[in-house]
Parts: sequence; C-alpha cells; structure tokens
Amino acid sequence: MDFGAFAAIGAGLAAIGAGIGIGNIGRSAMEAIARQPEATSKIQTNMIIAAALIEGVALFAVVVALMK
Amino acid sequence: MKKLLREVIFSIVVLFSCVNAKAAEKEHNNNNEEEFNSVEMIMHHISDAHDFHFFDYTDEAGVKHAVSLPLPIILFTDNGLTCFMSCAFHHNDDGTYVVSKNGENFVKYHEKIYQLNEGASSLEFDEHHHPLNAVKPIDISITKNVFSMLLSVVLLLSLFGAAGRSARKNPGAPKGILAFLEPIVVFIREDIIIPNVGEKKHKKYIPYLVTVFFFIFFNNLLGLIPSGANLTGNIAVTLVLSVFTLLITNFSANKDYWKHIFLPPVPKALYPIMVPIEIIGILTKPFALMIRLFANITAGHIIILSLISLIFVFKSIFIAPVSVGFVLFMYTLELLVALLQAYIFTLLSALFIGQAIQEHH
Repeated sequence: MDFGAFAAIGAGLAAIGAGIGIGNIGRSAMEAIARQPEATSKIQTNMIIAAALIEGVALFAVVVALMK
Repeated sequence: MKKLLREVIFSIVVLFSCVNAKAAEKEHNNNNEEEFNSVEMIMHHISDAHDFHFFDYTDEAGVKHAVSLPLPIILFTDNGLTCFMSCAFHHNDDGTYVVSKNGENFVKYHEKIYQLNEGASSLEFDEHHHPLNAVKPIDISITKNVFSMLLSVVLLLSLFGAAGRSARKNPGAPKGILAFLEPIVVFIREDIIIPNVGEKKHKKYIPYLVTVFFFIFFNNLLGLIPSGANLTGNIAVTLVLSVFTLLITNFSANKDYWKHIFLPPVPKALYPIMVPIEIIGILTKPFALMIRLFANITAGHIIILSLISLIFVFKSIFIAPVSVGFVLFMYTLELLVALLQAYIFTLLSALFIGQAIQEHH
C-alpha cells in the first residue's frame, strides 16, 4: 500500500491548521496595533513568538509526513 | 592581495583539473534516457556529500563527465588513519568502484564509505539493507557540511576580529565593517536579550546568544548559494545548537525554576501527573528549537528544488518561465526566512534562559 498520498493529505491538513492559527494571530496583532500604535514593536515581537510556536507544531507534522 | 587571489584561483583550477582528468566514464545511452526521479534528486541535494558537485556534461563520444570539487576523506580503520581525496571514487556512488589504500578496500554507496571484507569486489546488502560483505569505518571526513561550517567559522572570525580591532582603535563613531555589524549586535542586545533575560543578569548571556544568531544566519545564507551545503538543514547541527541552549538554561536555573518543576503550585493529588509533564517540558523546548530550524531550512530547500523539478517532470520548456519565476519568489522568501529563523532561535533561547533565571516575588 502506498502511503505517499496520505502523507500529502497530512501535510495539507497541517498547513490548514497552521494557516488558521497564524491568521488569527495576525488579525489580533493588526487590531492591537491599530488601537495602540505606540506599542507596535512590543506587539510585533510577541506576534512573531506566537507564530513561531504554531509554525513549530506545523513543521512537526511536515517532518512526520516526510518520514512516512 | 592580488598575489593571494591569483594563488587561490590557481589552486581551484588545479583541483578542477584533477577531477576532469579522472572524470567518471559512465555508460551513457542517449536513445534511452533514464527516467528523471525528483525525490532522489531532492534528497541528494539536501543531504551531506563527500564532494561539491556542480554539474554533469556529456562529450561528443557520449561519455558523461562530472564537474565537482573533491573533499578529503579521513577514515579510522583497524589499521589506523587512512586519508585520500574523494575524487578517487570517480563519482561512483553505487558501491561498485573499489579504492585500495593501505591494503584496505573502500567503496562509496549513497555518500557513505564502506570497508570491504577480504575477497569482496562490490557491496552487497541483505533484505534489511545491512551490508553483507563490508563494515563501516569511523568516518571523520571533511564533508560538504563540515567544509561549509569551517568556512562560516573563518568568515565569522575574520569579520568580527576586524570589527573588534576597529572598535579598539577608534573609540568614536563606528567605521567600516563595525558600522555594519554594530547595529545588528545592539539590536540583539536591546530587543532580544534585555527584554527576555532581564536587565540585571543579561551580560553573561550576550556572547552565546550573539554567536548563535550570527552562526545560524551565516550558515542559512551559505546554504542558499547554489551547490552549497545544507548545514542548518542538518538535524545533527541543529541538535547540537539546541543542546547548548538546554545546558545553558538548566545550569543557570535558580531554585524557583526547579521548585516549579518538582513542587508545582497545584494540589498534591495532581503531582503524579504534573511532575512528569514538567520534566518532559525541560526537553521539549529545545527539541522544538531543533525541529523548527531543521524543518524550516530543509522545507525551503525542498520547495525550491521541487519547483525546478517541475520542468523535468513535464519535459517542457514552456514550464520553465513559470517555474523560474516561482523559484525567484521562493528564493527571496528564503532570504527572509534565513534571518527570521536566526532571530527566532536567539529569541526563544533568550526566553528560555529568562524563564529559568527570573525571580518570583
């Protein structure tokens, strides 16, 4: 049985999850910056940390899909 | 300086001629071209190798030649140390070309060196892919990755050495290479280290965090050079980097940190669940650092190579402009990722160290 297709579906699902997560962070960060432009740099740093943490989880899925 | 440059160019030419003179003489049939295997090509490009392979060409006689830069192979066998250049294998990677040195026979199979047993003429495997008639010697060769790492070390030392000398000589406004590096170092200190580690104890951690930032950044950029080594996309390298962070975090941790792990502020009944989770938590943070850097850089390389492969999969020149356009886009994105991943690694390392040394009130 060929698991290559399942690996591709898994990688796609991981991309959807990470996309939704990072999209939410981006939206909230934009709203926060619009409300408080003076806190831009602090919000950006925290946004990148949160995005990196989500991306890390998505990349776990990619690595597992690669190893299939 | 000019003389040095001429000598460098001369030695490169000599190295190339060594390869071309002994170029691989593979049977090449033009009528029946071998099927293009994109997965094999991509895996070959992102993994380590014993030479810098640039391109292949076929001459009028139909003989395939490979142009590459050989690197030294250093092996530790029962008879002691054995050294030779990787061009001795004549670009054979199937375990069929035997190199005899010091009375021992070596073959190369998928960029791994095997030592053949007495009387064996080529490598054979059993069904579990264990070699039947060969053993793996201890291999401490200067491979592509090792060479790239040494190159980045030389680059870092010369750049920062020059910057340091310039800072000592000229106490006024920074000049030359220092004017380029100082804003980056100040950015790392002011925006990454101080907010996360804390004003009071940050000085001790500046050397490690600045070094790790520039090491990752330089190697990410060196990895983007075509035919360069994929060093930060090698899990062993990222493992060592994250182990450094693990050790620094745990050795500088104060008693609040350990108390939080072994006596967390929860009801006693939850201890059997909470304590193991907290102990695993010590390891998962650096583990995530390792996977993040490895997967980001490797994924970037795979995407670029897959887009290039599309041309050969469709066997059409009209795909090429689309493919090259996308590759250019991905390449510029990868330049951003190279900086971003170095930033993230440094930021999260600083964050973990900060969590371990902060004092509770």
